[in-house]
Amino acid sequence: MALSRGEVEHIAELAKLALTEEEKALYAEQLSAILDYFRKLQEVDTSGIAPTATVLPIRNVFRPDEPGEPMPRERLLQNAPAQADGCFQVQPILEFE
Amino acid sequence: MIGLEIHAELQTRSKMFCPCPVVDSTTAEPNRYVCPVCAGMPGTLPVPNRRAIEWTILTGLALNCEIAEYSLFYRKNYFYPDLPSEYQRSMYDYPLCLNGYLEIETPEGSKRVRIRRVHIEEDTGKLIHIGGVTLVDFNRAGVPLMEIVTEPDMHSVEEVKAFATALRTLLRYLGVNSGDMEKGVIRFEANVSVRPKGETRLGTRTEIKNLNSFRALVRAVDYEIRRQIEIVRSGGRVEQETMGWDEAREVTVPQRGKEHAHDYRYFPEPDIPPLVISREWVEEIRAMLPELPRARMARFEQVYGLTRYEAALLTEDHRVADYFERAVTLARQEEPVVEPRTLAAWITGELFRLMNEANREIQDVRVSPESLVGLIRMVQRGEINMNTGKLVLREAFETGEVPHRIVEAKGFTQIRDVEALREIVLQVIKANPKEVESYLRGKEGVLKWFVGQVMRATRGQADPQRVNELVREALEARRAARSSEDPR
Repeated sequence: MALSRGEVEHIAELAKLALTEEEKALYAEQLSAILDYFRKLQEVDTSGIAPTATVLPIRNVFRPDEPGEPMPRERLLQNAPAQADGCFQVQPILEFE
Repeated sequence: MIGLEIHAELQTRSKMFCPCPVVDSTTAEPNRYVCPVCAGMPGTLPVPNRRAIEWTILTGLALNCEIAEYSLFYRKNYFYPDLPSEYQRSMYDYPLCLNGYLEIETPEGSKRVRIRRVHIEEDTGKLIHIGGVTLVDFNRAGVPLMEIVTEPDMHSVEEVKAFATALRTLLRYLGVNSGDMEKGVIRFEANVSVRPKGETRLGTRTEIKNLNSFRALVRAVDYEIRRQIEIVRSGGRVEQETMGWDEAREVTVPQRGKEHAHDYRYFPEPDIPPLVISREWVEEIRAMLPELPRARMARFEQVYGLTRYEAALLTEDHRVADYFERAVTLARQEEPVVEPRTLAAWITGELFRLMNEANREIQDVRVSPESLVGLIRMVQRGEINMNTGKLVLREAFETGEVPHRIVEAKGFTQIRDVEALREIVLQVIKANPKEVESYLRGKEGVLKWFVGQVMRATRGQADPQRVNELVREALEARRAARSSEDPR
């Protein structure tokens, strides 16, 4: 199953990746091969099987509602490319025109 | 046709997947309540908050939902700076609660608005736009957020308002959410579509986001209905799009820039094992349900003989209902007994007026139920009149002082000594011969003026009814005296 160039561009856009023309061609081929490989799974008869989110037997892992110690803000922000007023600073976002 | 999506933060002590405290994100210092889990650091493991799950099920039960036996968290993938891990943990095709309803009051009677689903997800951080940059505060990131989705069962702005109010009241009763829209703990989105009368197919709907007050919700829905009707009338077609509400201009505007946002590529969150909700657990949670607003309203009508309107007013906030019931209990314990209806009238009348003026909620009111009952008893015993009672309530409301002390300190006690009162009446009559004259010539209205003068002379401490009688008596005595002196 061959992925179209448009589909590759869409996937790249969702992943916020800027691809060159060569990369697009390369990834179209590689992603198609991966999908073909996974298509083998489609051959298995799963009609009697409930959708499976995990194969582990673990269920219901919870914690009690007890507050704990947050991390120091200085540590939280230490990898921030830019910061101001105790916040991460990012490129301006216009939520409304 | 209007459907609502409501996001309500669960006011648990800790966040959804980590132990960071849940704080008021409008006042807390930014980024002080964040840890590697809610900051989306690699290699961290989210563990669901049991209470948040229980509260969501509790809400589902209160909304008459079916509770799922199996539920699953998903990753909802999109890039936005308020989302540190680049995906939001949410639920998708296995929500916790399904197919419920909430009953609301409309001018045409009660009506059921169906609930499609209730699920749980994590809240995002907060973006602050200042001086051409955007700042990110993650205090709110990871706070448990309950999403409630209705069917498009509402047909007017009034129904939307009734539903929103009823839901907020319900969440407050359950103790899961404070309902403070101005703090952003509960947020509404509306799906609006119109169709000509008789048409059964749904029209194209638009989604309005960013509605952070009741006022905005109501105005935006109202505006959007009109806008769509206008388009359809003029032969146009409504575009399916996401709108924002422009508070300043009071118009809905198309929200651009998130065209790809609908491809969320949901997949099961591999870090959180599935949830299996046993029926025993559901029953344990059901046992935690308090008396719900509509049941309480009905009981207030039946047991206390209140009108539907009074019962609705008193039960809208459960703390007000608690206050009222505490007062009712106290009112029965001593003579003179104060009737529940009298209490309801004082609370929904005078007390609500004072609370509105001061923009104060019942828990901040310094007049205790004991004080209120004591005050009403003073009125009933005739120690003070109704007007003085209202003044004393205001004073108590403002100072927190106990009513009987205010009455003593200010010398408010009603003059009950009839002789003393008669003395004052005679003085006033004596001092105003002209007015006496015009009364005797038939100007009955002057009587009221005399009552006013006497009330002023007593600084409002007399019973106006009694003064009225005394003034009339005295004036008529004059008339009798005159006719015997000067027979015509």
